[in-house]
Amino acid sequence: MASIPEAPKFIGVPIKRRDDPRLIQGRARYVDDFQLPGTLHMAFARSPYGHAAIRGVDLSKARAAPGVVAAYAGADLAGKIGPVPVAGLVPDARVPVQPVLAGGRALFAGEPVAAVVARTRYQARDAADLVEVDYQALDAVVDLEKALAPAAPRVHAQFEDNVAFRWAIAGGDIEAGLRAADVVIKQKIANPRVVPLALEPRGVLAHYLPGEDKMTIWSSTQVPHKLRTLLAQQIGMAENRIRVIAPEVGGGFGSKLNVYREEALAAYVTRELGRPVKWIESRGENFLATIHGRGQLGEAEMGLRRDGTITALRYNVLADCGAYYQLLTVAIFTLTGLMLPGPYKIPHIEMKVTGVFTHKMATDAYRGAGRPEATYILERMLDLAALELGMDPAEIRRKNFPAKAEFPYATSAGLTYDSGDYHAALDKALQKAGYPEMRRQQAEARRQGRCLGVGLSTYVEICGMGPSAALGGQGWESARVRVEPTGKVTVFSGASPHGQGQETSFAQIAADAFGIAVEDVEVIHGDTDVVPYGVGTFGSRGTVVGGSAVVFARDKVRDKMARFAAMRFEADAADIAFAGGKVFVRSAPEKSAPFARIAQMAYDAIQLPPGTEPGLEETHFFEPPNFTFPFGTHVVLVEVDPQTGEVKILRYVAVDDVGNMINPLLVRGQIHGGIAQGAGQALEEEVIYGGGGQPLNATLMHYALPKAHQLPRFELDHTTTPTSVNPLGAKGVGEAGTIGSTPAVVNAVLDALAPFGVHHLDMPLRPEKIWRAVSRARKGGPA
Amino acid sequence: MIPAPFGYKRPGTLAEALALLREHGEDARLLSGGHSLLPLLKARLARPGVLIDIARIPGLSGITETAGGLRIGALTTHHEVEASPLVREACPLLAEAAGRIGDVQVRNRGTIGGSAAHADPASDYPAALLALEAALVASSPDGTRSIPAAGFFTGPYESALKPGEILTAVEVPSPPRGSGEAYLKAAQQASGFAVCGVAALVVPGPGGTIASARVGVTGVAAPAYRARKTEEALAGKPASPDALRRAAALAAEGVEPLDDFYASADFRRQLARVYAERALAEALRRAKG
Ligand SMILES: Cc1cc2nc3c(=O)[nH]c(=O)nc-3n(C[C@H](O)[C@H](O)[C@H](O)COP(=O)(O)OP(=O)(O)OC[C@H]3O[C@@H](n4cnc5c(N)ncnc54)[C@H](O)[C@@H]3O)c2cc1C
Repeated sequence: MASIPEAPKFIGVPIKRRDDPRLIQGRARYVDDFQLPGTLHMAFARSPYGHAAIRGVDLSKARAAPGVVAAYAGADLAGKIGPVPVAGLVPDARVPVQPVLAGGRALFAGEPVAAVVARTRYQARDAADLVEVDYQALDAVVDLEKALAPAAPRVHAQFEDNVAFRWAIAGGDIEAGLRAADVVIKQKIANPRVVPLALEPRGVLAHYLPGEDKMTIWSSTQVPHKLRTLLAQQIGMAENRIRVIAPEVGGGFGSKLNVYREEALAAYVTRELGRPVKWIESRGENFLATIHGRGQLGEAEMGLRRDGTITALRYNVLADCGAYYQLLTVAIFTLTGLMLPGPYKIPHIEMKVTGVFTHKMATDAYRGAGRPEATYILERMLDLAALELGMDPAEIRRKNFPAKAEFPYATSAGLTYDSGDYHAALDKALQKAGYPEMRRQQAEARRQGRCLGVGLSTYVEICGMGPSAALGGQGWESARVRVEPTGKVTVFSGASPHGQGQETSFAQIAADAFGIAVEDVEVIHGDTDVVPYGVGTFGSRGTVVGGSAVVFARDKVRDKMARFAAMRFEADAADIAFAGGKVFVRSAPEKSAPFARIAQMAYDAIQLPPGTEPGLEETHFFEPPNFTFPFGTHVVLVEVDPQTGEVKILRYVAVDDVGNMINPLLVRGQIHGGIAQGAGQALEEEVIYGGGGQPLNATLMHYALPKAHQLPRFELDHTTTPTSVNPLGAKGVGEAGTIGSTPAVVNAVLDALAPFGVHHLDMPLRPEKIWRAVSRARKGGPA
Repeated sequence: MIPAPFGYKRPGTLAEALALLREHGEDARLLSGGHSLLPLLKARLARPGVLIDIARIPGLSGITETAGGLRIGALTTHHEVEASPLVREACPLLAEAAGRIGDVQVRNRGTIGGSAAHADPASDYPAALLALEAALVASSPDGTRSIPAAGFFTGPYESALKPGEILTAVEVPSPPRGSGEAYLKAAQQASGFAVCGVAALVVPGPGGTIASARVGVTGVAAPAYRARKTEEALAGKPASPDALRRAAALAAEGVEPLDDFYASADFRRQLARVYAERALAEALRRAKG
């Protein structure tokens, strides 16, 4: 009697990313690696001013320059290319029309004013320098509060002020909640603009074939299908004649969840000229003309009882939209409102947002996208409250968590958190950190005149985006699974991973169901001609939604295969099992065949009974019934040098709960990167504008990113609270690290500064800011 | 980031390089490691007509012992200086400063001559070269001259080099016997350049005193300078923490600090004081061995 084959499982195993070798060896192919014969290169003349009237654009010198084939100014394109697409608006939002090239006015530094197309990239760049623009510099609005002053210059003349939109969310009765409080903490808090800074800047190669009337677009994008649909509308071409390929994409962090002017222009120009057109963004352009993140300035008010119970939270905030909206500019701010209660039971909440137009590049989704802002407000306010009430920061948090048994938990902001055990994550993090010992170490250091600080952040975030009702109808994701005649399996995903590693984890998901080796599964994504229509990768949805679609598609194929095997073995399909590269009858394991044999049978219709549909290929569109809500606790120990303001992170402990992990190695990678990115915002990052609206630090020599040597070894652990909203029980991990780390690091620094009476500083906590606060406090002035 | 068009010449000898420099005059720029010049070209902040690549000219790199100290060829990379046993032995201060420049890639390409000639007020070498009382050797068709570091750095991106001159070497005299040296730096978070770099060289005297001290400061003001008031306040005084603090408090006296969005003039003054104190204390500790 044959034994039942071994069933190795790949889900949950830390398998190395299969894309790493090609990335590390420089063999990955990004947009710029695609070389088509006859390609023309595009370069832009961009406004050096935050705000300027354009009195004339003279292209004659540029057109006469060597190699130049065409040059365009805004007027040349009027009526030929639609405006940059915008979605996710709130009611009554004022929507300015964003042209692909500036017309009468340039509204931010870096706005494209003219495009030059030439035979080589160098010629294009040289010719762009020869574009003569007659600018008249105008006053710019940079500061959010000043932008709303009656006399402020208006960003858009057609609107009577710089208010872009107003939006509010409320739950409970905020006034009653604040009245019920024993103490009310108030604080003005800024969450400055930062730059997403993907390692690979944007880039597009568009190739129109006049003979076929078809176009292929290679773009460094997170959303190939969305790009195709929206571009088709923008340039007036049938969607099914456009193929968008997202080849290797070197990171996005939300910045490539968009349709940008340069993409539309490349598509337009290739159709005009009948030759491939390429534009590769420079790092300088990336700083100026790719979306920024965050950009909030608000006033928070938190009411608490003496025992630390939160009664209410109010947040009135100005939201920096920039001059124009990009795809989701407005929607991002509403996410802050939805997550304002965070992991705490806050019966009464209210958030009022005023969107503000400024003479800057648009803000939009940046890793965390709205949730880091909510978490930051909460975590700062709770630390201020703990101080006021004389409570330990860990205790005040614990006090306000919903209990495990209260899940699914309905918040005052109207969401229902799927599952959670916040106490468990907090306890585990405190234990791992040796929290009491950390506090003793801090006390001892203080006695020696050293400034150690312990910072905590407990967070919950909303991801696995998401139910379609909340995403303009597009919260689902697609997958197609094909078992090839040789028994190899191909997964086609509508998600568009760009560094997250789903080529590996989706293979794990498929291999398990078929009982085959993970190496036998190939994962294909990012090509609209090949994969089913998909939504894309953002909002930590790739695995949660896209991976779930793989589960359903895979199971449909497996069921069909089981039916074929059942015919062959004259068994019941329900009795067919897949393991160890074999398909067999569970109750009679001697009846078995290699997986490839059954696969082959499915494509050899002679072997199938009449009326049977041959083939093994199924598609599934997975619609999640809810978001997922990963959570966790981060604990940070820092030392601050009060004489120089320098901060050193001594320890970083993070316990995250992302539900079931498909590949723990990928999870760790995401957490590592996220923590680093969030710490960067806490300590270093901020776009600084001069009075004329020019960013002063728009180079990597001036804009500081976190570097490996500034970070300690991360001490990571997890709890596992699966979700029931998807078959994987997975919650998404792309943004959790960023969301948890920014407030944890800031809280640690301010804890270190507490003896000086310094209790709040706005990010980034750069050395001079810290030194100034300490010096002021030492002189007895206000902090 | 694409530079404007430029011509490129690669002379095989110093004489050829000097001739090319004379021929092209203002329109030419020398190219060594390229780690200051290429970023400027790519940002189109510099648009020279011709680059004269001297990086492979024989005889301009390497470290040798001389009667009075060390001679370091202008093309010697930061890494070579950092790793050289000769430098580490004879003037560890220079090796320490070299080791704090940028990152590994930068140190593998950037050269001491290029750094000195570029005279970036935030670069690391000047502090050490001042404290070590080094001299910079320049060649021109008229001959060779030696310029003391104290007179070499004249302003932001300005040096005593004359048009047509090429730096060929840096001469570093051996520091006084028994001295201790330290280079400490507050790095600008983005670029890694010095917001404040202090090179201290302390010669202990009898009975727990300081015989003399030399303090070079970079990043704080342009050009880099010797903190003479600090040095004077220490000469012959007891080497007490208090004395160090009082002397270090004068480290930005009489200079006009740089002021930018990264660090205000006030903050730079503060950093100069704190880093001077710490560098002096560390140098003293090392002197005692
Ligand atoms: C990312 C990055 C980080 C950096 N961080 C630091 C740092 O922390 N600290 C620091 O000090 N520096 C830093 N640098 C600068 C680096 O040290 C440069 O290498 C150095 O300043 C210039 O040396 P080079 O050989 O590369 O000169 P090049 O770039 O080739 O030339 C610089 C200038 O000097 C002229 N020149 C070159 N050689 C000679 C010569 N022999 N005679 C006369 N003129 C000459 C050139 O014409 C040019 O004007 C950094 C650079 C980069 C790119």
